[in-house]
Amino acid sequence: MSSLNIPIYLDYSATTPVDERVAKAMAECLTLQGNFGNPASRSHPFGWKAEEAVENARRNVATLIGAVPKEIVWTSGATESDNLAIKGAALFNQKKGKHIITMKTEHKAVLDTCRQLERDGFEVTYMDPLENGLLDLDAFKKEIREDTTVVSIMHVNNEIGVIQDIAAIGAITREKGIIFHVDAAQSPGKVAINVDEMNVDLMSLCAHKVYGPKGIGALYVRRKPRIRIEAQIHGGGHERGMRSGTLPTHQIVGMGESFRIAHEEMEAENERMRSLRNRLWDGVKDMEEIYLNGDLEQRIPGNLNISFNFVEGESLIMSLKDIAVSSGSACTSASLEPSYVLRAIGRNDELAHSSIRFTMGRFSTEEEVDFTIVKVREAVEKLRALSPLWDMHKEGIDLDSVEWAHH
Amino acid sequence: MAYSDKVLDHYENPRNVGVMDKDAPNVGPGMVGAPACGDVMRLQIQVSEDGVIEDAKFKTYGCGSAIASSSLVTEMVKGKTLDEVAEIRNAHIAEELALPPVKIHCSVLAEDAIAAAIADIRAKRDAQASEKSAASA
Ligand SMILES: Cc1ncc(COP(=O)(O)O)c(C=O)c1O
Repeated sequence: MSSLNIPIYLDYSATTPVDERVAKAMAECLTLQGNFGNPASRSHPFGWKAEEAVENARRNVATLIGAVPKEIVWTSGATESDNLAIKGAALFNQKKGKHIITMKTEHKAVLDTCRQLERDGFEVTYMDPLENGLLDLDAFKKEIREDTTVVSIMHVNNEIGVIQDIAAIGAITREKGIIFHVDAAQSPGKVAINVDEMNVDLMSLCAHKVYGPKGIGALYVRRKPRIRIEAQIHGGGHERGMRSGTLPTHQIVGMGESFRIAHEEMEAENERMRSLRNRLWDGVKDMEEIYLNGDLEQRIPGNLNISFNFVEGESLIMSLKDIAVSSGSACTSASLEPSYVLRAIGRNDELAHSSIRFTMGRFSTEEEVDFTIVKVREAVEKLRALSPLWDMHKEGIDLDSVEWAHH
Repeated sequence: MAYSDKVLDHYENPRNVGVMDKDAPNVGPGMVGAPACGDVMRLQIQVSEDGVIEDAKFKTYGCGSAIASSSLVTEMVKGKTLDEVAEIRNAHIAEELALPPVKIHCSVLAEDAIAAAIADIRAKRDAQASEKSAASA
């Protein structure tokens, strides 16, 4: 394995390739010779066989999170699950109250859903994280009100990889009788999940971050004590009325297989990820003016999010053309907004603009990491030689004291 | 997003990168943008007695299109008079580099940098002229 495949993929938090084993299982559910039936067909073996595959997958997904299969509702992905959970629970309980608590560092699928509910007359509190990205539990307790019905906090952050203490939050919401939704799109196969121990009521999952296919996800909906939600997609009453639509057998089988593998291989894979991540960090951490974003300990092993001060993220990505990574800087709109997650953890705009997210995964190798270290060092050096800010820094000028012409 | 060949060329081989003595009487430094907005351009022009730009240097913090825009500008201004250079518009830069609409602001910044450099050198000249006339009076 000494030949490198260029470009190198280090963006596993965006999505993952489908594992060969998963692809094989999926391919068996498509054609006439395969398991193509409609799982809802009750009148013939094609339907029965498809239903069996779907239920087998449901078991695999439930097992990974410590749930029972009946608590799993198939959706099209984590975005839909977030919508269904938050809107569904908020609307069902609106007679009790119309206050929701979430965090500023949530995925847009949660934040935008909350914004929509605000337009519909709900009140939402967006909590600031601590500097390490974690929720301040004391501050959180203070925000809870009589009319708070739903709390939505993500498990693993997609940008900085930090892991929230879900069990601690769950203990609080359970005591107060508030519904607790967790966006766990980034967690399976990386952090152990047990919805009972964590007192989670609703949990969003998807397959495409776990070596499964895109376009399939699930929502865990607790049965004891029973959590009721209002359906957002109406139709044939599939998934006990919570999500209508013919079940895509091949997608579901893919998700089930990917979760089965993730559950079985998590420990070994995490150990390998940690060693690759440490190798990458050790290879760059002596560089001047670089900052690790998010807590290093409370973090999934495959994620490194680094700000390279005085270098703009998009140009850095351009220099790293042989490496597929993502940047917290989105210089593609007139507003030039840097990552709201990095802003929320207190990074200034410059550092937020200068960030790169490296996420490693199942197919990452030591050779790839070593190559990345060399390329990153070269690129940062090149861009700093081009950067007037770097010059000013070297001259001892405090950039905050300069009066910039904001545009 | 795909970059045009011109942007890539200027980005990979930026022209006229460097720094001039900003206090020299014949150097006009133009610094525009803000780190918080994700781009800062510093354009410096060295101007002869009769107002011709003899040399230009830049350094830019920003995306690839911002770097390419400033690199291109150093090429465009060399050998031209201040009056000619004042006529350069962002549209020329954007067109030359085939910038997509979301990157037009990079060319606007480059136009601003030219204007700032010209303003600076003119202010220096005026100050020198008034010093001279004050001395001869
Ligand atoms: C934390 C988090 N939530 C939600 C999503 C959306 O997931 P999906 O693409 O399955 O809709 C993602 C991934 O993009 C994510 O990282």
